Amino acid sequence: MTYFLQQVVDGVSTGVIYALLGLAMVLIFRATGIINFAQGELATIAAFFAWQLNLWGLPIWLAIAATAVIGFGAGAAIERVVIRPVANKDHFTLIMVTLGLFMITNAVTGLVWGYTIQAFPDPFPVAAWTVHGVSLSLASVGTIVIVCVVGFLLYQLFHRTRLGLGMRAAISNPESARLSGIDVGRMQMIGWGLAAMVGTLAGALAAPKLFLEPNMMLGVLTYAFAAVIVGGLDSPLGAVVGGLAIGVTENLAGAYLYDFVGNDLKIAVPLALVFGILLVRPQGLFGRRAVARA
Amino acid sequence: MSLLEVTDLMAGYGPAKVLHGMTFAVDEGEIATILGANGAGKTTTLRAICGMVATSGGIRFDGRSVRGLAPARMARLGVAHVPQGRGTFAGLTVRENLLAGAYTRRDRAGVAADIDRISQWFPRLAERRDQPAGSLSGGEQQMLAVSRALLLRPRLLLLDEPSLGLAPLVTQSLFGTLTDIHNQMGTTMLIVEQNAGLALRIAHRAFVLEAGRIVRAGDAASVAADDSVRRAYLGLGDSR
Repeated sequence: MTYFLQQVVDGVSTGVIYALLGLAMVLIFRATGIINFAQGELATIAAFFAWQLNLWGLPIWLAIAATAVIGFGAGAAIERVVIRPVANKDHFTLIMVTLGLFMITNAVTGLVWGYTIQAFPDPFPVAAWTVHGVSLSLASVGTIVIVCVVGFLLYQLFHRTRLGLGMRAAISNPESARLSGIDVGRMQMIGWGLAAMVGTLAGALAAPKLFLEPNMMLGVLTYAFAAVIVGGLDSPLGAVVGGLAIGVTENLAGAYLYDFVGNDLKIAVPLALVFGILLVRPQGLFGRRAVARA
Repeated sequence: MSLLEVTDLMAGYGPAKVLHGMTFAVDEGEIATILGANGAGKTTTLRAICGMVATSGGIRFDGRSVRGLAPARMARLGVAHVPQGRGTFAGLTVRENLLAGAYTRRDRAGVAADIDRISQWFPRLAERRDQPAGSLSGGEQQMLAVSRALLLRPRLLLLDEPSLGLAPLVTQSLFGTLTDIHNQMGTTMLIVEQNAGLALRIAHRAFVLEAGRIVRAGDAASVAADDSVRRAYLGLGDSR
């Protein structure tokens, strides 16, 4: 039982990273209706940036915060310069553009910082507690708390503020939003900016575990994408629940099905779960099915 | 002075021109209607006023030139537009739709008072306050779209085919409410409507649009009495 709980706890602590990157993808989907395949690479380049600032002498938390702020600007700029010119094109064009962004970001990261693996300083001091035989590290608990806080703040933003209402109206019906005096373009820029900020946090929290290198977030992106799909593309809560579910399933599969699936194939188990859930609920666990009455 | 003055307006979609030099004016406090066959350019006229299509010519609102301003700017100047068909935010609740309509306003108390007033005009909306707009019936959605536009506290309300797809009784009650709204708030309205009889009954002034040009203008009663208008748009024979 202790072993099982330990596996669940470890699964949760990787799952929150998927949840965080998933949240960033949900933000962009809600702002512009696009699935951003470059989200993981943008998080990676942000992690490198924070690492560089830290190397230059900034304390790690300050480096992460500064990167998050710069990330907001960079995300907004990407929306304006890269996404907006093709915003009215079909879905395939948009997917190709975000895939292009993925490759460019990945290449630029490699060009600037190289492909040598770097150690990212752990923002949490090394400390751990043992509760009923289960070991809880400060890093795991801290990461979970941060994800909860980010999720809570985003929910408040979308459902309790005027800006959030404007952002939701802009994605629901851009034409009527404009006719109501809402600057739809600005809402989309803010959505991308917020996503980049959340992505920065995902990169910085994942980097100490994964080691810093340009392809660091490739696997995380796959899981975050699965988390978002299973949770519902437009649901921040869904991204969190989906991320946790996938993190835990992945870890349990590695622990209990090792002889059967092995370490390389454990990736298939959560994806099979996603497939099963989508068969029953195509809109995802928390996604809103588009309601329309003729 | 006229609230809205349109002079020699031309507009279209790319190379396809729809409006070929329209000139008309709407006075403050009146209800005006544009009649015309399908494809005459009624919707395009409203879209041109709001900056939703490329235009040339002159559009003056409250004495200042507004041609080429973006839709969001026009909204802030006090021009509300209920587009044809789906003018609501389907994923948002009824209440959130109304608040989104008041997005440009800072007076919370005034917004709350307006929502109360609108609930009296459209009690169905008050009952469905927390339902997503997408789950409402066609008539309720149209009422919501009108309410959303009213929450802008518009000086000019543009309505594009408000009766489209509605049952005759629902249309009757909607037009009755539009008259009530006009009587109580004095909102200037420009209504584009295929149901010419209904529009002429509540309008003070009417314009007849043919192939992108105004061919007849005047007070609603005299336009309604015009034999050619009766034949073409009211489906009636000569008045004799």
